[in-house]
Amino acid sequence: MDFNGSDTLPGPRTEDHLPHTAQAAVKIVIVGGFGVGKTTMVGSVSEIRPLTTEETMTQAGIGVDDNYGSDSKTATTVAMDFGRISITEKLVLYLFGTPGQERFWFLWNGLFEGALGAVVLVDTRRLEVSFDVMGRLEEGGVPFVVAVNTFPDAPRYPVEELRTALDLGPEIPIIECDVRRRASSKDVLMTLMRFLHSIAMSRALT
Amino acid sequence: MTPPRRTRRRPQPLPAPPAPQPAQPYELPQPPSPEAAETTEAAAGRGPGSIPERLYSVTGSGEGGRAELDLVTLIMARCAPPVSATPEQAAVLRLCQAPLSVAELSAYLRLPFSTMTVLLTELITAELVQAHAPVVRQALPDRSLLEAVMHGLQRL
Repeated sequence: MDFNGSDTLPGPRTEDHLPHTAQAAVKIVIVGGFGVGKTTMVGSVSEIRPLTTEETMTQAGIGVDDNYGSDSKTATTVAMDFGRISITEKLVLYLFGTPGQERFWFLWNGLFEGALGAVVLVDTRRLEVSFDVMGRLEEGGVPFVVAVNTFPDAPRYPVEELRTALDLGPEIPIIECDVRRRASSKDVLMTLMRFLHSIAMSRALT
Repeated sequence: MTPPRRTRRRPQPLPAPPAPQPAQPYELPQPPSPEAAETTEAAAGRGPGSIPERLYSVTGSGEGGRAELDLVTLIMARCAPPVSATPEQAAVLRLCQAPLSVAELSAYLRLPFSTMTVLLTELITAELVQAHAPVVRQALPDRSLLEAVMHGLQRL
């Protein structure tokens, strides 16, 4: 770490400082397989250059990482990229994009607990990599929308065919997007927020 | 060509539901209750042996007594770094002259999230920083909060 003199101290640029009135934050999680565009999406809407936070975990030598030695615990570092959008003087929204190690997503202290909702970003060339996380979101009761990042050489399916393949109820929004474009990423987030709002409305009525 | 297919899952039976509370306006976030933390831990457990666990041993402060800190808990310094502060504590206090989330602190200081929470717990206990708990998803969502986020996004 660089602690040599205050000029080199790491930290936000002056224009990236939150106002002193900021007193509460909310978060949205963007999940999907490796290379599907999570970080691109975070970067296209974030007001700060995307940052990376890490967590170090141990695991018993069973399962995926067996090749590191079977009976000792191994340390695994999981990194997440995130960005920020100031909503009001008091409220800040953080967007977290998680890497493709599904098993670890649920170990982050409070990553999904408390998130307003999630965006499951899918690539139609590798639809099945997002199956597990959708199941886990369903089990955890985390509301989500599905965003199909359109790659030029990826197969195009009609939305209803995707809905059937993903076994999603009619209420869950599925939208196409190009996460390199800010307007498109913003659309995805607005779709999630409208979905959350409709849930709030229907629960208020029951 | 047809896409691969999956089968949807059901929400897991919820542990004891939290006591009903009036909807909180977002100006007044409530810290998570200890019960909520326990159920969270329980929900993370998916059978022994196969589950990774967080690595706490790097911190040196031992187990227990850590503040409930979320990735997006906002931290703000209450004062300038005292002379007694360690270099890491001083760095946090300098960074937090304006509010910063725990995730941002972890990123700027290149410390793992769990290490960061231990460092912050010391600072909170010493009353050198204050922490604002995030607004979390609730069974009955706060519509005014959702609307505020939508308005904010529309301005992007």
